[in-house]
Formats: sequence, C-alpha cells, structure tokens
Amino acid sequence: MRFIFKTKYSQDINIAKHNGDRFWYSLLILIMAALPLVLDDFYLGEISYICILSIAGIGLMILSGYTGLASLGHAAFLGVGAYTHAFLLTNGIPFYASIPIVIVVSFLVGAAIGIPILRLTGMYLAIATLALGFIAEHVFIKWEHFTGGNRGLPVPQPEFLGMSFYDSVFFYYVCLVFLIAAMFAAINILRSPTGRAFVAIRDSEIAAQSLGVNLGLYKALSFAISGAFTGLAGALLAHYIGYLAPDIFNIFLSLTLLLLIVVGGMGSLHGTVFGAIFVGFLPQLIAICRDYLPSSIGSQPGLEPMLFGLILVFFILYEPLGIYGRWMKIKLFFELFPTYKRQTFKKQKVFTKSDRV
Amino acid sequence: MQLIQLLIDGIASGCIYGLVALGFVLIYKATETINFAQGDILMLGAFVAYSLIGILGMDYLTGFALTVLIIAVFGFFLDAVVVRQIIGQPAFATVMLTIGLGFIFRGFASIYWGTDIFSFSTPFSGKITEFNGLIISYVNLSIIVGTAILMSALYFFFTFSKIGVAMRASSENQLAAYYMGIPVKFIFSLIWSISAGVAAVAGVLLAPITLVDTSISLIGLKAFAAAVLGGFGSIPGAIVGGIIIGIVEQLCGTYENYLFEGVREISAYLVLILTLIIYPRGLFSDKAEVKKV
Repeated sequence: MRFIFKTKYSQDINIAKHNGDRFWYSLLILIMAALPLVLDDFYLGEISYICILSIAGIGLMILSGYTGLASLGHAAFLGVGAYTHAFLLTNGIPFYASIPIVIVVSFLVGAAIGIPILRLTGMYLAIATLALGFIAEHVFIKWEHFTGGNRGLPVPQPEFLGMSFYDSVFFYYVCLVFLIAAMFAAINILRSPTGRAFVAIRDSEIAAQSLGVNLGLYKALSFAISGAFTGLAGALLAHYIGYLAPDIFNIFLSLTLLLLIVVGGMGSLHGTVFGAIFVGFLPQLIAICRDYLPSSIGSQPGLEPMLFGLILVFFILYEPLGIYGRWMKIKLFFELFPTYKRQTFKKQKVFTKSDRV
Repeated sequence: MQLIQLLIDGIASGCIYGLVALGFVLIYKATETINFAQGDILMLGAFVAYSLIGILGMDYLTGFALTVLIIAVFGFFLDAVVVRQIIGQPAFATVMLTIGLGFIFRGFASIYWGTDIFSFSTPFSGKITEFNGLIISYVNLSIIVGTAILMSALYFFFTFSKIGVAMRASSENQLAAYYMGIPVKFIFSLIWSISAGVAAVAGVLLAPITLVDTSISLIGLKAFAAAVLGGFGSIPGAIVGGIIIGIVEQLCGTYENYLFEGVREISAYLVLILTLIIYPRGLFSDKAEVKKV
C-alpha cells in the first residue's frame, strides 16, 4: 500500500499522483510508440481503430460518465465530424486546417443541440437524444449536396507532413498522437473548475446549484465539449473507413459507444481505453464464440445483437463500474494482501429515489 | 373525402403507437423507469402469435388470447427476475439495462424464428368495407375496435377492481401503499405484465399490416413520441398522443411535396423534439413532472 504524504495543495490536482504513475504511463507511451516495429499492418489498423474509438469514448464519457447526461444519439456527432472533414478535404482544405474546423463545428453543433434540450433530465434526455440521432441519420441521407446521400462520399487521403494516410504506420501514429492529446485535454478539463462542476452536476443537481454552478451553462458546455471530442474521432474515422455512407452513423453505433463506456467503466478515463479495446475486439470475440457454439446457433446472424445485449445486461447488473472497476478491485487485493476484505466492495442496498415532487 | 380517409388510416396506426406508449406510461407511472424494450416485447408478441396461429394452426381468437397470456407472464418474470435488481440505480442504468434486454429479445427472435418475413392469416386480412365512398379495411377497423375494447377494459380494471386500485395507490406513493399492506413488489411485477400484455395486443393487431419480422421493434421508438406528447404519466394522453402522431405521419406522407423529402419517416421524432422543447409537460400531464433548469 502506498501512502502519499501531501505537503502542497496543488498535489491534489497533479496529473501524476506519484513517481510510479509517471514511470508506468511513460513506459506505456514508449511501448505504444514502438509497436509498429513488431506488429504487422492488420494489427496496426485494429489498434488505430481502437484509438479512434477511445477518443469518441472520451467524448461520451465526459457527457455521460462525468456529467451524468445520457446520450443515445452520439453517432450523430461522429457523423458530423466525419462528413465535415470529408467535405473540407474534398474542397482542398489541408488536413492540419481541417481538423481544427471539425472540432469547432462539432463543438458548435453540440452547443446548439445542448441548449434546447437542457431542461430535460434523465429519461427525457435519453429519449430526446435518441430522436436527434434518428433525425441526424436522416439528414445525412437527404442532404445530398453535403454528404452525397445514399451514394456515399469518398474521403480524400491527402498528404500530411509528406506522408500518406494509406500508410498504416503513419495513420497509426496520427491516431496515437490524437488519442494522447485528447486524453491530456480531457484530464485537464476534468481537473479544472469546469470539470469539477460537471461532476457536481452528476452527483446532485440541487447541491451543485446551491454551490453556484450554472446548470444550464455547464450542461450545454458538457454537450459541446463532448461533441468536439466525438467530432474529432469522426474525422479520424472518416480516414479509417475511407468511404462514408449514411447508414454507418446509425443507432447501433450510438449504442456501441454506450456499450464502450459501460463496459470500460462509467466515470473513468481509463475506462474509455479498456472499453475501446473490448469493443474493438468484439467482432473477433463473436467470431470465436461462433466456432465454439453448435453450428445451428453459431451460424445465425442474430448472435451478434444477442451477445451485445447479454454483455450490456451482465455489466449493468454485476459490474456497474466496468472493467476499470474490476481492475481497481484486483489492484487493491494485491496492495492489501493478505488483509483484503471481501466486504470492501459489497454491493450496498439501495432504494428507489423519486424524482417526483 | 381524401382527408377523412387519411385520418382513418392515421388513427389506426396511431392506435398501435398509443398502445405501445400505454405500456411505457404504465411502467413509468409506477416505477419511474422507462422500458426501452417495449417495442421488442411487441415484436415477441407478434412472433409468438405467428407460432401459435401460423404454425400450430390455432383459431385466431384463441391464439390471440394465448399470446397475450404468454407475453404477460413473460413480462411478470422479466421484472421479478431482472429489472427489479436495478432499483435505486441512476436512470442511466435502467436505460442501458432495458436497451440490452431489447437486443437480447431481438437476437433471440432472429435465432429462433429466423430473419425471414412471416405472416399469418387473420379473419380481417384483405377484407374492406365501403362507407359513403370511404374505404375502410377490416384490419384498420380491428385495430381501432381492439384498442377501444382494451382501453375500456383497462379503465374498468383500474377504477373498480381491488388490484387496479392497489396499482394506482402504488404508483401514487410506494411507501404509503406499502404501509397499507399492499405487496408493492408483486404489484409492480403485475404492472410490468400488463404493460407487456398490452404490447403483445399491439403486436398481434399490427401483424397483418407490417407482417412479422424483427424490424417491427422500431415502433417502440416512435411510440416514445406518443408518450411524450401525451405527457408521460397519463393513460388517455398516451392514446391521444399516439393518434396525433399517427395522423401527423399520414399527413406528412401525403403532403411530402409541400414540406421536404423524407419528412414522413422522421415526423414522429420531430414532433417529439418539438414537444420536449416547447411544452415538455405534454398535453395531458396533471402536474409538471419535468424539472426545469
């Protein structure tokens, strides 16, 4: 067990709590940077996809995990980012200029969506975002001038820093750099007064309001920031898939993002990466399941949604803190060995809390 | 005359939305949770009816009644075994849980019944009646009449039966109801079972129009619009909201040229968003249940 002796107030908000953190995270970044030396193109592509998912996950995590606002239509932001990026690149705007524009556009779209549905809470917000997701998908189909409609929109792969996006090693590094930057930005947002306000809103709106948090402003801000991260992920996703069709950004993608943050662990940035790894390898996992099941069940197309649902239900019921929560428990077990008590993480009895007045 | 024709078609499809919305409302009133799997339960109802009537060759009415019974029992145990565990968790957890359950149902249906489109014969299929130049199909008529019968049955159940009154009491105030000796847990499971049964009725009534496949579960999402428009928490509101949504959809489909292309598919969601922005209480809500910031 490690005890941190704090001598300064600023230690409370340090990014790295102690030298162990610094060492392990630096090592992780070094290993990630060295991966192209050992892995072939296929695995690099998979890991790039996981990085993109993680960035989108950070966006949704800020909204759902830290501000407590559910969004069932987050694929819309991915779509906004992807289409804006592809549109700008097609019109000859270079990559380094397009990305900031995408971030600003998705930020503004997030704010524009956030402001009218601010006054909704809980269930109503979930329903409203679900409806917005459908409307957005429809807009992607019908606004042909901008999105190419059902024909789809090829994504130009321009040169950037003299390298091509077709090069999987280069694309991997681009995704990795953006993931690290996004993670760093998210950590800094969350330890600033803004992030503290988000967490306060999640834990109790009434308490937050009493402490002077402007609920409307911060909820809209949360939506906008979340939109910006997800839009960035959308821009990278556009490069990854190479050809945009409106049915990519459907409700299933929104729910996959939700699965990502639930499985990873609500309310932790580590969770987004764990969740992204899980979701990224889910198709392979399902393929393995198919092999082990009897062929009459294994060959069914319905297996995928079924496993998807089972995983979701399993995590909600038995491990609400997700993979990261499980990791914390294992870590604590070894730190406290041999005095670990089973009761530490016993599920507490909770009762219905009424929102009615 | 064309307008009246449209209205009748709209009312018929609106009744289906209303019935699904009614399921949301019953559960929401009692437990303050929303069942996102309502549309998938409707789908299960349609599939079970197909198995009983289409494959086993049962009489339509017997098959109908048995389907509703099976799905109602299923709904009871769904609450008693799974959903009850989540009580007290944040709203987000319930949303995710019911979405996950919906996926499981859909996956199960496509594994068990397959992904083809099925149909079964009903006494109403293909028959129409003419009235003053209006063409009314028996299927639409069966939906409207079925909804009316179900609504009056529910009305009498909630007003005059002991269990119905106990349900209203539990919805009003759980703790007080518990102190009065009402078995609140059991009552809640019973409400889930009624709500699932209503969804099954909607599924069987809908089957002749849309045929039976896994995609009909999407109706559950449009029914949200009906429930919100009617003011979540009001039973007549759900039906009226459903009928309004149905009519709006028909009108948008016919006058698409004057509006914009593809307005029909998203009209329900547009109504939903507009209601939430302009008048989030809904038409029939007796008290302001939506907190304002």
